[in-house]
Amino acid sequence: MMVGPASTCQYVTFRIDHLWLGIEVLKVQEVIRALEMTVVPLAPESVEGLINLRGQIVIAIDTRRSLGLPPAPGDRPSMNIVIHSADSAVSLLVDEIHDVLDVPVDTFAPVPDNMPAKQRSLIGGVYDLESGLLLVLDTERLLEEASCASLPFQTKPASPKQISLQVNSRT
Amino acid sequence: MGLQEEIRDFLIESMESLANLDREIVQLEQNPADTRLIASAFRAVHTIKGTSGFFGFETLGALTHVTENVLSQVRDGKRALTPELVSLILSALDEVKALLAAIEATGQEGEDRSAELRVRLEQAASASEIAPVSTTVQVSAEAPPGRKSGFQSLRSKRPPAAATGPEDGGALLTTLPDASPRPFATAAGPETGDAAVTASKGRQEVRVEGAAQLADSTIRVDVGLLNRLMNLVGELVLARNQLLQDASAHSTSLQQTSQRLNLITSELQEGVMKTRMQPIGVVWHKLPRVVRDLAAQCGKKVRIEMDGAETELDKTIIEAIKDPLTHIVRNCCDHGIETPEQRLSLGKRAEGVIQLRAYHEGGVVNIEISDDGAGIDPERLKRKAIEKGILSPEQAAHMSARDALHIIFLPGFSTAAQITSISGRGVGMDVVKSNLEQIGGTVEVMSRTEGGTTIRIKIPLTLAIIPGLVVTLNKDEVGSRAEAAMPADGRRWRPEERFIIPQANLLELVHIPAAEQSRRIENVHGTPVFHHRGKLLPLLYLGRVLGRREQEEPAAGAVNLVVLQVETRKIGLAVDRIWDTQEIVVKPLGRQLKGLSCYVGATIMGDGRPALILDVVGLARLGGLLAQGRPASQGEPAAPAQTARSQKLLLFRAGSFPRVAVPLVLVDRLEEVDAEAIERAAGRTVLHYRGEILPLISLAEMLVPEADPEQVRRGVLQIIVFSDGPRRMGLIVDQIVDIVDEAITVRHRVSAPGILGSAVISGKITDLLDLHALLRATGKDWAGAGPDKPSNPGRVLVVEGRTATREMLQGLLETDGHATAPAETLAEALGKLRSETFDLVITALDLSGEQSAGLQLLQAIRGDVLLGDVPVLALLHPQRGSARNVKPAGLGAFDAHVYQDDRTELLNAVASLVSKRTTAQEVRQ
Repeated sequence: MMVGPASTCQYVTFRIDHLWLGIEVLKVQEVIRALEMTVVPLAPESVEGLINLRGQIVIAIDTRRSLGLPPAPGDRPSMNIVIHSADSAVSLLVDEIHDVLDVPVDTFAPVPDNMPAKQRSLIGGVYDLESGLLLVLDTERLLEEASCASLPFQTKPASPKQISLQVNSRT
Repeated sequence: MGLQEEIRDFLIESMESLANLDREIVQLEQNPADTRLIASAFRAVHTIKGTSGFFGFETLGALTHVTENVLSQVRDGKRALTPELVSLILSALDEVKALLAAIEATGQEGEDRSAELRVRLEQAASASEIAPVSTTVQVSAEAPPGRKSGFQSLRSKRPPAAATGPEDGGALLTTLPDASPRPFATAAGPETGDAAVTASKGRQEVRVEGAAQLADSTIRVDVGLLNRLMNLVGELVLARNQLLQDASAHSTSLQQTSQRLNLITSELQEGVMKTRMQPIGVVWHKLPRVVRDLAAQCGKKVRIEMDGAETELDKTIIEAIKDPLTHIVRNCCDHGIETPEQRLSLGKRAEGVIQLRAYHEGGVVNIEISDDGAGIDPERLKRKAIEKGILSPEQAAHMSARDALHIIFLPGFSTAAQITSISGRGVGMDVVKSNLEQIGGTVEVMSRTEGGTTIRIKIPLTLAIIPGLVVTLNKDEVGSRAEAAMPADGRRWRPEERFIIPQANLLELVHIPAAEQSRRIENVHGTPVFHHRGKLLPLLYLGRVLGRREQEEPAAGAVNLVVLQVETRKIGLAVDRIWDTQEIVVKPLGRQLKGLSCYVGATIMGDGRPALILDVVGLARLGGLLAQGRPASQGEPAAPAQTARSQKLLLFRAGSFPRVAVPLVLVDRLEEVDAEAIERAAGRTVLHYRGEILPLISLAEMLVPEADPEQVRRGVLQIIVFSDGPRRMGLIVDQIVDIVDEAITVRHRVSAPGILGSAVISGKITDLLDLHALLRATGKDWAGAGPDKPSNPGRVLVVEGRTATREMLQGLLETDGHATAPAETLAEALGKLRSETFDLVITALDLSGEQSAGLQLLQAIRGDVLLGDVPVLALLHPQRGSARNVKPAGLGAFDAHVYQDDRTELLNAVASLVSKRTTAQEVRQ
């Protein structure tokens, strides 16, 4: 149900804190209610936990944290937006799901400079719409940052094997 | 009835390769320049030749031999592949198939019908390349009668064989494991017929008839499909688990249905798992040839025996063990079995035997490879390891024979005197070990006294569904602590966290009741350990390792421990609660969590929630047990009730001293560091340690001065860190043995410099470490880093019953510049005080109660006019009473009191008391 010619683009829009964000509809697999979460100790801080999506284990990303926003007030259940990623599905936790919008491409604009750096790096651009400023979430960047975020306890000492090999080569 | 396993495997393999060969030869005819095809055909024929020789099938051997000759000429480019030649080869292959069919049906080759064919092949082979045309003419001229007679004779012979065929074939079928799809030669039959000369049809029919019996019962299935089925069954198992849990609360009819579903699912799971199972014989049947070739190459006679070839394993595992297994067998052949002459001189049979055994045991498959060769000499291994610098002589000296055998798994190790093409390059057994460990297997080696070696491999049946133990953290706290944890990381704190430990890593479960904790769990200055079956095992608290808890109070109730095998070590993992064992489906973690080494993956539990599967190796590394030290924790170890003179001793092994003891109060921390981290500075061995330079002493080197201090150390070193306020010193030892709580009596004095004497501890002779000597050995460092020397050295009388403590105190004081004298008892102290002059008395005698020795000493001194003003310092035992603020009555009467483990305070107090006293004396004079 394309509305216009190629001049519009469909976005799933949602809210996190005060931000109104959107993800291209084609990237989204599904939107589901909050599921019970299994915490992963020592995980990167942007990983909230694991959820069971019909037998599939899906990592849930704390999108708030990724965007450098404060934790959600209270214990309000978040919504999951499940998106396709390189190897498996990943769920993004958001506060509230809004409509799917047809956005005219010509309203696209680069990211405002006054945005906090942490957010600016994850926002691909903005649409200046009548209903407000829609920020386009760069999901690839988001997942990438989540996976290489500093692991607090990642101390990987060289295995004994490597050590003796090094010594071998020296002697 | 029943063919031997090996022959059956040979038949299956040969038929499979012949099926390919038919196709390949035909392709080759169209594309004669394809060297890959020629080589492949050559290999296939060569393999059949080799194996038939092994089983003693002479006709088959002779026929394949000449065929091979022809093919080798083609391969070497000595002759062109004419259609005539192809026909000849194909008819030879047909004859090979007929022979194989006969062997399958009757177990014997039957009459030799291929003589003429062989002659023609020989002629073809001997014909020179210059006259290919004439050769073909010759061949084709001779061919018709040859074929005809061959087929006629075959036809006439065939009926009886064919008559017995079906029965035998049927019997054979039942012996075949029906779960494993066995591809057979038949598929290629029609192709062959098209390409080959029409005359060969009659023979093919006979052959096909025999083989079809086997082929009908099996079907080729794409492994990808099986994998998908396996995944689906995995999901089904999870759904079932979930349903069972839910159904238990519902109506009986639902329960019945779910029970039925449960049974069906279990059976389905078993069935689908079986489709991926293959008998281990699939890997084994390649070994006879390997052994045969190798034996011939090194002039040995070796026979291979197999037992349990029908033992089934998952296909992926079969694939993974193929190379390790071959390598081990080659090693047996090359290193294990002696030459026939050696064997005869030892009274053994000239022919060595390698025995392969496979059997199921407790959910794992055991594979044993034994040889009756020379066995492994642990001493030789040690020498080699020292030579190669893999081990230090001290380490080697105290290695048990069993441990020494495992040297062969160290990287870069090989004992073969010379590097042969077979083995000896020192890559191998370590790779074997790591390959096996990758699939969750273990490998151990045993050498028998009567000669011979056995290598035992244990591997899981399958990788996709594994049994695992469910453990949890936070069994009961949802309240205060959960809230307290909230603000720390902002995450919602779940009441209970579940983890799964793969069964393969599990050794046993231990429950330590609260009452026994103080006896069984100790905190050696930050490293928790527990006594288990006479051994001291390091202890990890799961909650702490995973960063879920800051502190673990071992005293807060019973402790549940899971004893795990981590690489070569055993460790204890403390969890809040141990549940049951479940079959779990391992699912990989996404990219975002790949970096976490403490998890293998995740699974979905019966209640639908995901749970993490722990990687015990990663966990141990994270907990600092593998190649890393642990930071010290606060708090004193719980004090067990003890007799007045008993003290805690740390037992360790160093150099040629199998048991050395040092009082635990002197030990600051126990560390494990990589040998790589040790450096040399200003001619001393030092370690960069928590921001300072820690001087290191190797006890082994100090006690045996001629040992080369530059000797390269390998692996992980055990270091005992002694500290005295800001000053620290590390002692390199070979192994920490135990901690005991015992009264000691020195039996034998001064056995070596660095050793105070010997005593019997825990029923064994143990040397007592002379810390005094150690302090002197690092004297400069201690003086340099420590507080200033006292301006007024004094004479101090040390009154202490425990020899080790007393001598340690003396050592400490003397290092600080004071002169000391020892006294063991009250009477001896008073005697010495009256006969000599002292500036200070230090006593660590018992202070509890009015009649305690400490107070008596004080009263005796104060009561004596001559001694009256000698200051007396009381040393408090840090373990007497767990709280420091509970102080014995009458302490105030002493001039000062200091805790025994607070050495800075002690030295300061001594210095101030001594200077006060000397100043007073000067004033008086």
